[in-house]
Amino acid sequence: MSEPFEPKIVAFVCTYCTYAGADLAGTSRLKYPPNVRIVRLPCTGRISPMFILKAFQKGADGVLVSGCHPGDCHFDHGNYHARRRWTAFNALLQFTGVPEERVKFSWISAAEGIKFAELIDSITEEIRTAGPFEQYHKLIAETGSAASV
Amino acid sequence: MAKIGVFVCHCGENIAAKVDCTKLVAAMEGHPGVAIAHEYKYFCSEPGQESIKKAVAEYGLTGVIVAACSPRMHEATFRTACAEAGLNPYLCEIANIREQCSWVHNDGEQATRKAIEITRSLVEKVKRNNELQPIEVPVTRRALVIGGGIAGIQAALDIANAGGEVVLVEREASLGGHMAQLSETFPTLDCSQCIMTPRMVEAARHPKIRLLTYSEIEKVEGFIGNFNVTVRQKARFVDMNLCTGCGECMQKCPAKKISGEFDCGLANRTAIYTPFAQAVPNKPVIDSEHCIFFKNGKCKACQRVCPTDAINFEMEDELVELEIGAIVVATGFQVQNTALYGEYGYGRYPDVLTGLQFERLASASGPTGGKITRPSDGKEPETIVFIQCAGSRDPSKGIAYCSKICCMYTAKHAMLYRHKNHDGNSRIFYMDIRAAGKGYDEFTRRAIEEDGAGYVRGRVSKLWQENGKLMVRGADTLLGRPVEVAADMVVLATAMVPQPDSKELGKTLGIGYDEYGFFNEAHLKLRPVETATAGIFLAGACQSPKDIPDSVAQASACASKVLALFSRDKLEREPVIAQNNEATCSGCWGCVLACPYNAIEKKDLTDRSGNLIRRVASVNAGLCQGCGTCVTFCRSNSIDLAGFTEKQIFAEVMGL
Ligand SMILES: Cc1cc2nc3c(=O)[nH]c(=O)nc-3n(C[C@H](O)[C@H](O)[C@H](O)COP(=O)(O)OP(=O)(O)OC[C@H]3O[C@@H](n4cnc5c(N)ncnc54)[C@H](O)[C@@H]3O)c2cc1C
Ligand code: SF4
Ligand code: SF4
Repeated sequence: MSEPFEPKIVAFVCTYCTYAGADLAGTSRLKYPPNVRIVRLPCTGRISPMFILKAFQKGADGVLVSGCHPGDCHFDHGNYHARRRWTAFNALLQFTGVPEERVKFSWISAAEGIKFAELIDSITEEIRTAGPFEQYHKLIAETGSAASV
Repeated sequence: MAKIGVFVCHCGENIAAKVDCTKLVAAMEGHPGVAIAHEYKYFCSEPGQESIKKAVAEYGLTGVIVAACSPRMHEATFRTACAEAGLNPYLCEIANIREQCSWVHNDGEQATRKAIEITRSLVEKVKRNNELQPIEVPVTRRALVIGGGIAGIQAALDIANAGGEVVLVEREASLGGHMAQLSETFPTLDCSQCIMTPRMVEAARHPKIRLLTYSEIEKVEGFIGNFNVTVRQKARFVDMNLCTGCGECMQKCPAKKISGEFDCGLANRTAIYTPFAQAVPNKPVIDSEHCIFFKNGKCKACQRVCPTDAINFEMEDELVELEIGAIVVATGFQVQNTALYGEYGYGRYPDVLTGLQFERLASASGPTGGKITRPSDGKEPETIVFIQCAGSRDPSKGIAYCSKICCMYTAKHAMLYRHKNHDGNSRIFYMDIRAAGKGYDEFTRRAIEEDGAGYVRGRVSKLWQENGKLMVRGADTLLGRPVEVAADMVVLATAMVPQPDSKELGKTLGIGYDEYGFFNEAHLKLRPVETATAGIFLAGACQSPKDIPDSVAQASACASKVLALFSRDKLEREPVIAQNNEATCSGCWGCVLACPYNAIEKKDLTDRSGNLIRRVASVNAGLCQGCGTCVTFCRSNSIDLAGFTEKQIFAEVMGL
């Protein structure tokens, strides 16, 4: 019998809001599935589409991008940029063969530990349902070139 | 070759109970580039830190990973330890295996696997970290205080009394703000003017305070310790040096029917005016919009009577350039325009007033000399209906918050009314009575028990005029029946809202604001007077609705922050800033567009004889806040963020 599928999810988060929210979930000892790996960045504005492709290339089945609520951003407009870029980026992802359901975008503040835990719960379930992201991994294996994005 | 040291902390049982630390150490030991991996019970303890320092020296480490609690806890601790051991502190990174691993997962095996991945990815990152030097910036010991209400005055005085220089900028012709308009103040009922005016005078006379009234902020550049601020001093048309404040001009000015702002439209003023009799400075300005000379070229009555020749119709706005180290924003609030509440008849019926208008009626220096009479016919009202939460706590009209002060001032109004008119009847429609504060609940009780304030719990649904009375219909939800009151005056406790231009000012200053336009603090609980922009602080009602005690407390807190800043010669900043590679920069200005701080400038590259070769982007290290937005906008991969470079993050992801 093969092991049940455990999705791998990479989260790109900003240090001031979502990272702090994740810490709060920890200090509150909330429990959530261990499928998410966090990459801490100063601001969601720093998140480049390439990071997301890189995560898929490394074998992620899903990606989460999470920052501050609009208007709360430590960096003024950073998260608006992230959101705007996101719209454009969505199209690009689909073009490169990443369906929308594989990348989630959310806002979590430093105060929202509970929301963070719930989000990880639901995202893990959604990606688990979507299954392993085999098309993409296969695509990379075949072309090889996609690996150098 | 990288020589990374990995230090796995047990945090007592906090980590070790879930994560198999020995296994984590074993996994790291075999990882390329890792020279040593150790575990210990408490690395943050003195012996723990010592062991890290020793290892740095002994193995000649080129990077350190501490797998422990959140970097938000101890990154500074471990970076300092590394620095003490001679390793650049920015070559130390923290793998968070407590808050984001051992504390949140039940399964030990899975938690261990995750801890290995987290640690490994940071090892990959730290291999690509560069030595960075903190950025040192000097401090200009001069504060700018924007807004001359009680909050701004308090902050200015506190800073000045401690020896700091202050420039106090007020956009109206006088200091004072709302507090100068109030009659008596809860919870002590002391006369507002009596406690306010001496403060205004003290601020104006203080040798360390430069007062710029009738002035606004035009431009703010720079950063903590080093702001360059341009202030627009609007033309007063009265020479402040010549004017003695005799007031002859105001007597003679024929343009007399201008609705007076200070009295909230309950009295008129002239075109050359001081906002109120105790104004500071007590020298008039000409309101060019209403001045007859400015309208049709004839009059100059003021100029003819002025004994010192102070009137100058040629005067123009002046721009004042200031070097500033810290900024206190104290721009206060406005009362909500009640036009939204058609059902309350404001603007349609002259005897429906706002709370602020009521303050003017009750004020001894007000248009009626403190007699509470109806604007329509000058009669004393026998019954006054007060409507609380007229605007506040009503998400359907866009204001979900509680204005905090209205319960208190409405109780005060009912008291003042009874004190001045012993037979007066007051009925107060309310949702809840919120009177939390020192002496506050006792105050509202006194209004009920001693001054006959008649509270009716419920909302008003309709208001109309009938036989010279204002008919107020509402519900008494405690008795569960409709009520109708025939009133002679209605006072609306309108919501406290931000200044209409607060968002503009927020953008000029580069500070955040909430959905309403109140300025955002850096942390609501732990950093309530700081903004997210270093060196800019908040005092008073510009941050959220506040009464006088809270505004003053916050202002003094701001002053202490400013003084702490001024106590230093130089500031150190995290060197997490953008760096541009001029050789590859194509000058597309994508980064310039992206940067929320205007930190990217265009720089000319010239050859030896000064001919322009190319223009490239150049990051101003003082302005850059290190958000990294520019990096993702750069098409030629020229700009990068120190501490979070493309290389570092790619490596981190690949290490997962
Ligand atoms: C009807 C009513 C009754 C009240 N009664 C009481 C009471 O009894 N007791 C009590 O404790 N509190 C009372 N308050 C609350 C009190 O008025 C406020 O707490 C206090 O005024 C807040 O002070 P502030 O300095 O923050 O703001 P403000 O008083 O509003 O002062 C802000 C100042 O900044 C200036 N300004 C604004 N924008 C700019 C700009 N861009 N550039 C330069 N200057 C600018 C304004 O002109 C103003 O002078 C009452 C409020 C109301 C409405
Ligand atoms: S010139 Fe203007 S301000 Fe002076 S008296 Fe005439 S109307 Fe008044
Ligand atoms: S890192 Fe942010 S603040 Fe610095 S230059 Fe780039 S966009 Fe501007």
